[in-house]
Amino acid sequence: MFKILKYSFFDLVRSRWSYVYFLFYLLLAATLLFLNNDLSKAVITLMNVIIILVPLIGTIFGVMYFYNSKEFTELLLAQPIKRSSIFIGLYLGVAVSLSMSLLLGIGVPFLLYGLTQSAAIWDFSLLLITGVFLTFIFTGIAFNISLSNENKIKGFGYAIMMWLFLAVIYDGLFLMSLVFFEDYPLDKLSLIGTMLNPIDLSRTLILLKLDISALLGYTGAVFKTFFGTNQGLIISISVLFLWVLFPAIRMVRKSNKKDF
Amino acid sequence: MIRFLVITLTLLFVHLNVQGIEVCKSCKVSSIHEAVKAAKSGDTLWVKKGTYHEYNILIDKPLTLIGIEFPTIDGQDQGEIIRVVSDSVTIDGLFIINVGTSYTTDYAAIRVVRSKNFVIKNVILEKLFFGIFIEKSSLGKIYHNKIIGDAVDEYNSGNGIHLWYSKEIEISKNIVQGVRDGIYLEFSDYISVDENISRDNLRYGLHFMFSNNDVYSKNIFENNGAGVAVMFSKHIRMYENTFRDNWGTASFGLLLKEINDLEVENNVFRNNTIAISVEGANRVNYKGNTFESNGWAIKVKGACYANLYSGNEFLHNSFDVSYNSKINDNVFDQNYWSKYSGYDLDKDGIGDIPFRPVKLFSYIVNRTPETIVLMRSLFIDIIDFSEKVSPVFTPDELQDFNPLMKRLK
Repeated sequence: MFKILKYSFFDLVRSRWSYVYFLFYLLLAATLLFLNNDLSKAVITLMNVIIILVPLIGTIFGVMYFYNSKEFTELLLAQPIKRSSIFIGLYLGVAVSLSMSLLLGIGVPFLLYGLTQSAAIWDFSLLLITGVFLTFIFTGIAFNISLSNENKIKGFGYAIMMWLFLAVIYDGLFLMSLVFFEDYPLDKLSLIGTMLNPIDLSRTLILLKLDISALLGYTGAVFKTFFGTNQGLIISISVLFLWVLFPAIRMVRKSNKKDF
Repeated sequence: MIRFLVITLTLLFVHLNVQGIEVCKSCKVSSIHEAVKAAKSGDTLWVKKGTYHEYNILIDKPLTLIGIEFPTIDGQDQGEIIRVVSDSVTIDGLFIINVGTSYTTDYAAIRVVRSKNFVIKNVILEKLFFGIFIEKSSLGKIYHNKIIGDAVDEYNSGNGIHLWYSKEIEISKNIVQGVRDGIYLEFSDYISVDENISRDNLRYGLHFMFSNNDVYSKNIFENNGAGVAVMFSKHIRMYENTFRDNWGTASFGLLLKEINDLEVENNVFRNNTIAISVEGANRVNYKGNTFESNGWAIKVKGACYANLYSGNEFLHNSFDVSYNSKINDNVFDQNYWSKYSGYDLDKDGIGDIPFRPVKLFSYIVNRTPETIVLMRSLFIDIIDFSEKVSPVFTPDELQDFNPLMKRLK
């Protein structure tokens, strides 16, 4: 598995796309800092970008890489290697290299700007953690989609749809259902609704840092224990772990059964 | 030479005359009770270091009570400790502890009743029910005292400094913490409250009821159940106060309810759940205030007319302004909004397109509070944007036509 991971990782690190991705984040973070002159404000703006873009890039990259390395995968399958280690290796290779581009691209300008002396360091590290989580989750989902679809175009279509759904449409439906059922106690429902979408979940994690004073304005015991104590942070991070785990498990299962 | 002698003699005479009565365990007078009884009008009582187990001390003549090295007066939870019923009484440098708790009588560490020209300073109060209770008195000074309560529940705790039907009193440089209301004013006019620190109180840092023409400035209100509540009052001026960390479901920095003609200037509101909650306030001017990292900077609940918000800074609040109706009779002008994304082509420091501080999302959150979990979602940004382009739910004319491009300071 590690050999395959190493191979796919170095393959990607050498590829042009990783650099494009890295340079994009470098440029974004540098411009934000240049324009804002305020670390915490830059962190907030960056959060909006990361929550939407990281899943998109993870998805597209995952699907693209899977379809592109199909021949290589088939070659590997002919060898006496466990299927699970082939796919997990490829998956980790993509996810790790994407996370690296993200961490370096955003981390370097912020470090140069004097992050370590700033109070925003915790918000910033939380931002990076959620970014890495989102990369892993969406690469995993992308691998699942492309495993299930032989047709490239269909696979791409589904992947983009999935991203659009989770990033925008889900929140719309969520909001509508909350407003529709406003006569009922909704605090549990709204928290569960958040858990079911990794993008919402990462957003909540960051809200916990940035908007905690507003979140505490709502009178609900469930809300209060969730947002008012460390419980919210712990639960959110563990659910994010689950979100990483499930696509990976399904990928292994699917790949074991699949007829190549 | 003769002149010198005269001066020395006069000084000596004056000194002897004001020396008054010394109180200590080994002195001729060993309790404050006896000393007050023995004293003549205008005397000074010197209370020396030690612990005095006394309560219900009644001061009924003009006296000056001075503690040397903070003598302790322990009320042993029996009731009230000092009651002043005479004009021109000064209490200075005492440490008062264990005031009795009662549900029918408001026992206080120091109570002043129907008196004028009193001074209470350098007093430390601990384990109290009510701290300093001023009743139908005027022209007094409450200066540099420290009140440290250990209140747990609102129903069986008292207020730090309590004014009732009093006039023209200065309350300054006090520290009040851990009581129900830090400073409470009821039916009290022409009061000035300056440079106090009121924190960790159960209910309000400062509470006004039916009190007019008061000024409070340079105070710090921190981590109270709620910062300052001003209710049913008029002609109040508040400036250069700091309201911070008032967190919780019903918490605010400043609550204005049924208020007329108020000046709120150069205050700082930081990290409050709601910085200012307004209900039924008319002709209030908000100028030069800073609202930073609050949940809601200004939450208007209705019946607010002819208010002016100008020259304020709104920095990184989750919601800048929230309205629960479409009606607006207030003016927002020349404020700095950190969320403003317009441009300034003529370079006059004022943005060329107006800013709408009320977001559709704040309207939705008012209706269905649970939707707050969707804050900062892309979908919310999209609907906020479409509302901004053509307002349907939020007040149409509520705009800052001259938003500032740069911060004021």
